[in-house]
Amino acid sequence: MARISLSSLKHSYLPNPSNDADWALKELNLNWDDGGAYALLGPSGCGKTTLLNIISGLLNPSHGKVLFGDDDVTGLPPEQRHIAQVFQFPVVYDTMTVYDNLAFPLRNRGVDEKTVGERVSEIAAMTDLTEMLGKRASGLTADGKQKISLGRGLVRTDVNAILFDEPLTVIDPHLKFQLRSKLKEIHQRTANTMIYVTHDQTEALTFADRVVVMNVGEVVQIGTPEELFETPHHTFVGHFIGSPGMNVIPCKIDNGKAVLSGVSVKTSNKAATDVKQAEIGVRPEFISFAKKGLEVQVTKVSDAGRFNIVDAILAGNPIKLLVPEGSPIPSETAHIELKADRTRIYCDGRLAGLEGAA
Amino acid sequence: MNKTVNQKAWFFVLPVLILVAFNAIVPLMTVVNYSVQETFGDNVFFWAGITWFEDVLRSSRFHDAMGRQLFFTFTILAIEVPLGVIIALAMPRKGIWVSVCLVLMAMPLLIPWNVVGAMWNIFGLPEIGLLGKTLNTIGFDYNYTRQPGDAWFTLIMMDVWHWTSLVVLLAYAGLVSIPDAYYQAAKIDGASSWAIFRYIQLPKMKRVLTIAILLRFMDSFNIYTEPSVLTGGGPGNSTTLLSIDLVKIALGQFDLGPAAAMSLIYFLVILLMSWIFYTVMTRNEEQ
Repeated sequence: MARISLSSLKHSYLPNPSNDADWALKELNLNWDDGGAYALLGPSGCGKTTLLNIISGLLNPSHGKVLFGDDDVTGLPPEQRHIAQVFQFPVVYDTMTVYDNLAFPLRNRGVDEKTVGERVSEIAAMTDLTEMLGKRASGLTADGKQKISLGRGLVRTDVNAILFDEPLTVIDPHLKFQLRSKLKEIHQRTANTMIYVTHDQTEALTFADRVVVMNVGEVVQIGTPEELFETPHHTFVGHFIGSPGMNVIPCKIDNGKAVLSGVSVKTSNKAATDVKQAEIGVRPEFISFAKKGLEVQVTKVSDAGRFNIVDAILAGNPIKLLVPEGSPIPSETAHIELKADRTRIYCDGRLAGLEGAA
Repeated sequence: MNKTVNQKAWFFVLPVLILVAFNAIVPLMTVVNYSVQETFGDNVFFWAGITWFEDVLRSSRFHDAMGRQLFFTFTILAIEVPLGVIIALAMPRKGIWVSVCLVLMAMPLLIPWNVVGAMWNIFGLPEIGLLGKTLNTIGFDYNYTRQPGDAWFTLIMMDVWHWTSLVVLLAYAGLVSIPDAYYQAAKIDGASSWAIFRYIQLPKMKRVLTIAILLRFMDSFNIYTEPSVLTGGGPGNSTTLLSIDLVKIALGQFDLGPAAAMSLIYFLVILLMSWIFYTVMTRNEEQ
C-alpha cells in the first residue's frame, strides 16, 4: 500500500495535440492518501475514466508522472503496479467456477494452493460469495459478477489501490444501495485505498471521504462532500452537486460588491476589480421569501416531498428556491432574501477571492 | 389459457409446403422408392426389401470409401480449425489492415468449386505446375496423378487453402466481439497470453467455432466437385470419397437400387454425426 501521487499529468489521445480541446486530461497534480476512499465525479466524457486508466497503467500518459509512494511507476504495466480494477460491465471468466475466478490472480502470480484456498475463502466470506464458490461464474446475476470482479481485486494482499469504473451501472436499483454499503464496509475492514469513478453524485457523496470533481478534462475541486456542497469553488461544482443545483445569476460588480438589478447584494466574499464575467452563486436551500428585498416572479411550484421547489424569475434569470413543506408560497410577484454567508461571487466561473486553489 | 383454434392458418403454410415438397420431399421419396426396389429398365420395378441396404453395409467398397471419407474430414478439421484460430488471433483488430486482411481471407471463398479443383490440378502438375515443378526441382518425387500419398497431400492442401478462411472469418468475428474490459481485467490479474487465450478468447469463440466445425464437417463430408476435378477419385480408388463413389455407382454403373440405399445411409450418417457434434459442443451451456 502506498500513497499515490500524480505530478503534472496530462493526456491526449491525439499524437499532436495543438489546442486545449485536444487534451482529454489537462495538467493536474493530485495526491491520494493511503487508505482513503475517493470518488472521481464528473459528467460523461470529462476524463475520469482516462485518469483511472492512467493510474492503473492501462494507459500511458502523454506527460507527467504517476508515483506510488516514492516509486515512479509511469512506465510500468498494470500487473506490476499492484492495482485492482472493477469495470463498468462485470468481467468474469465464464468457464471457471466462482472459486477459480477468485483464485485466478493469485495462481497467475504463482501463489501456492494452500494460501490460495485461505485467501479465497476469506474474500468469499467478505463479499458474500461463499455459497456460490462451486458454481460456474457465468450463471451469476450482474451484482454477483461485480462481486467476483471486486473479489479478484481484494484477494491479492499486495494491492496498492482498488479502482472502480462506474461499477454499479448494470446493477438493479434496489441492489445498488446494498452493494455500495458492502463497498463501504470492505473499505473500513481492509483500509485499502479506493478510487471510485462515477457520474452519479449520490454514489460519490455517499461512498467517498473526499470527492474529486472533474469537468472537461480538468479537476475543478477536491473536497469532502460537505465542502463541495457548502463552498463550491466553481459554478460547475455548485450546479453539478446538489439537487436542484446552485443558482448562478449574472451580476455586476461595483467596488468589489455584487449588484443585481441595481440593488447591492450581501455576499460572503469580495470580487477583484478587473472582472470580465461575474455571477452570484447561491443554493436554493439558502433563499427564502421575505417582505422586502429582491423582486421575483414565481412561475412554478413542484412538490418534492418535504420541500417545495419553487421556480421563479429574478431580473430575467431563472432561479430555484427550496421552501419547507407547509410554508406559504406567494404567487406572482414576491420578494426574496439571500443568506449572506452562503451567497458568493464567482468570477469567470471560479469562486472570487480564491487564489491558487484547484 | 384458451387457445383459439383457427385452421385457416394452414393456408399460409401451404406455399412453403409445396416448395419444400418439390425440392426436397419428392426427390427424397424417389430415392427411398429406388432403395427398396430392383429394376431391369423400362420403368419396371420389383420389390427388393432391404437387400440393397444389407449389400451396401456389407460391401468392402463402401467401408473403404467411408474410411477415406472419415480420414479426409477429420484431417481437414484437425488442420483448418486450429490454423483458422491462429490466423484470426494474428489478424489486426484496428486500422486499415483490417479490411485488407478480411478481403484477402474472403478471396478463396469466392472462387467456384470446380475452378478451385482445376487450379490445383494445374498447380500440382509435375511438369508445368508451379507446385509440382517446384517440389520436383528441389528433390521430392511428387506426382499426384500416380502416387496416392501425393494425391492425398494435394487434396488436403486444396481444402485447407479453400476453406480455412471460413474458420478464420468466424473466429475473427468471435474475437472482435470481446469487450476491451476483458483484456484489461486479465492484464490487471496478471494473466499470461496463454491464460488470456484459454479463459477469455477461447470461451468467447466457442459459439462461432461450434458453427465453424459443424459447417466444415457437413461440407467436407459432402464434398464432391473439388476432388472430382482434381483427382477424379484416383489414382485407382485411393481418393474416392463417399460422394465420388456414389456418383460412380449411380451414374457410372446405373445401379439405382444400391446407389439409393447408399444415399440414404450417407444422409443418415451426416445427420447423426452433426447431431452428436452439436450436442457435445453445446452440452456445457445448458448446465
